[in-house]
Amino acid sequence: MISRSVSTLLLLAGATLILLPFLWMLSLSLKPQDEIFASTIALFPSRLEWGNYVKAFTETNIPLFLWNGFVVVAGILFFQLLFSIPCAFALAQRNFRLRTVVFGLVLAALLVPFHVTAIPIFLGLAAVNLLDSYAALILPFIPTAFGIFLFRQFFAQMPTELFDAARVDGLSETAVVWRIAFPLALPAATAFAIFSVTAHWNDLFWPLIATTSPEIATPPRGILYFRDQESGDDVGPLMAGAVIITAPLVLAFLFAQRKFLQGLAAGGLKG
Amino acid sequence: MSFLTRSQRETLTDVWLTGPATLALLIFIFLPIMIVTILSFSDYQFGARDLSWVGWENYITLFTSAIGQRAIVNTLIYVAIVIPFSVVFALLVAIGLHRMLDWAPALSRILRTVYFLPVAATLVAMAVAWQMLLHPNLGLVNKVLSTLGSAPQNWLSDRGLVLYTLAAIGIWQSVGYNMVLFLAGLSAIPEDIYEAAEVDGAGGAWARFWTVTWPMLGPTTLFVLVVTATNAFRVFETVATLTRGGPAFASETLVYALYREGFVYFKAGYASAITVIFFAILLTLTLAQMRLVERRVHYR
Repeated sequence: MISRSVSTLLLLAGATLILLPFLWMLSLSLKPQDEIFASTIALFPSRLEWGNYVKAFTETNIPLFLWNGFVVVAGILFFQLLFSIPCAFALAQRNFRLRTVVFGLVLAALLVPFHVTAIPIFLGLAAVNLLDSYAALILPFIPTAFGIFLFRQFFAQMPTELFDAARVDGLSETAVVWRIAFPLALPAATAFAIFSVTAHWNDLFWPLIATTSPEIATPPRGILYFRDQESGDDVGPLMAGAVIITAPLVLAFLFAQRKFLQGLAAGGLKG
Repeated sequence: MSFLTRSQRETLTDVWLTGPATLALLIFIFLPIMIVTILSFSDYQFGARDLSWVGWENYITLFTSAIGQRAIVNTLIYVAIVIPFSVVFALLVAIGLHRMLDWAPALSRILRTVYFLPVAATLVAMAVAWQMLLHPNLGLVNKVLSTLGSAPQNWLSDRGLVLYTLAAIGIWQSVGYNMVLFLAGLSAIPEDIYEAAEVDGAGGAWARFWTVTWPMLGPTTLFVLVVTATNAFRVFETVATLTRGGPAFASETLVYALYREGFVYFKAGYASAITVIFFAILLTLTLAQMRLVERRVHYR
């Protein structure tokens, strides 16, 4: 009984520490200017200052950053699926001479963090004049060894007869992939989508390198533009901006926890 | 297409299905690795028309210059702090929440959600929140400290402190992820092993942990260690947001050095050498883990 209450107390204390930055962010985003700079400690604002959010939405580029984030994340996911699913299907369900070679490449690529390829990809994009564009933010992430690997493992568990039946019915192999295999792989696709969207919505490294115009900044890049511009008196709107940018994924996580845990835990396999 | 034989058509299908992805892997991953390795032996600068070969000079600079050494040493210190704290906290939280499932499942799930929250949240935005929390005058942390009678600290601009502050944020961010992995490992331990251990006299909580839980969690722990290590080695977002490697390179890390040397100072050759060393460290780590997993996890 005592050990139970002690451990519960410790767990609650730990959870408070974890929540602290979230609470402080929310609190500052709802505080009037003078309370932000007050010397007393107060978690709750005396009145809710929604003006911070209004300002973040109307006087800054935050809506644009959100839109950019959406375009980039959706573009990356679309092309990742388009490229990796047919490849994964062939690796799992077809016999061809170079299968082990291709799968070997996929496994090797799993070990390569994106940072390693950044300099040459930057050079390449500069050579074809694509830097500072949506293309620069999307293209480098299209090849996803992790995606191919995940889908291959999923397809490998499916019985071959399933696809043979479709082939006998006269479906082309492309149709088998997209009309039979892909719908069956939706659980894996959901897990992968959560992993991919989270990783690229939150990424700062590549947007910092590949873009220079605030007009195409993704949310993390954008919030830094905002922070570096404001001279210290726009803390409230800055925190409101941080809340707005964090909210989509946090809310999605709260509503689809099981899926998130699966998707992000699977992402640990990635090098 | 009737003039093609059946096997030719099959080959075309294979190329159609696997070709685009394979080509993309080659162009965006394997070709860049070759190029970055070659560039690391040059003095190439972004935008320059030509380059000359400098042999190992970039590597020598990285390992002998004060700033290069700082980046390496800081990264190792950061990793050495984050790994044990993050893993041990995560294990303790996971064990606590796993036991709580028996008598307060709802609370246990809520707490699991809370601990996982930093993993799903945008780290850059949260770093901005941390910046306000740690603000020298306005931050909650210093306000609380001065109320308690301690001296306020410059958490992010004190040379002796900044790396530990970043490590603390790294721990805060990674505990939830590791906890989820440990929870999965814990729920996979069959209950009858605990019963058997009890019959054999290992009845107390302490004995149960060391005779059953800890050994059974072996593979999970190894996985958690490697994931934590590889993620910690990549620390970038918090450094770029909060300190830019400063003050006076006190929070310089490998990936941040790569970014700054390459994309702020445009020293592509030197940044390539940093990249190669960074990659070599991560590869060694991952391959060592694979060997370990093969050798030690065969008790099943």
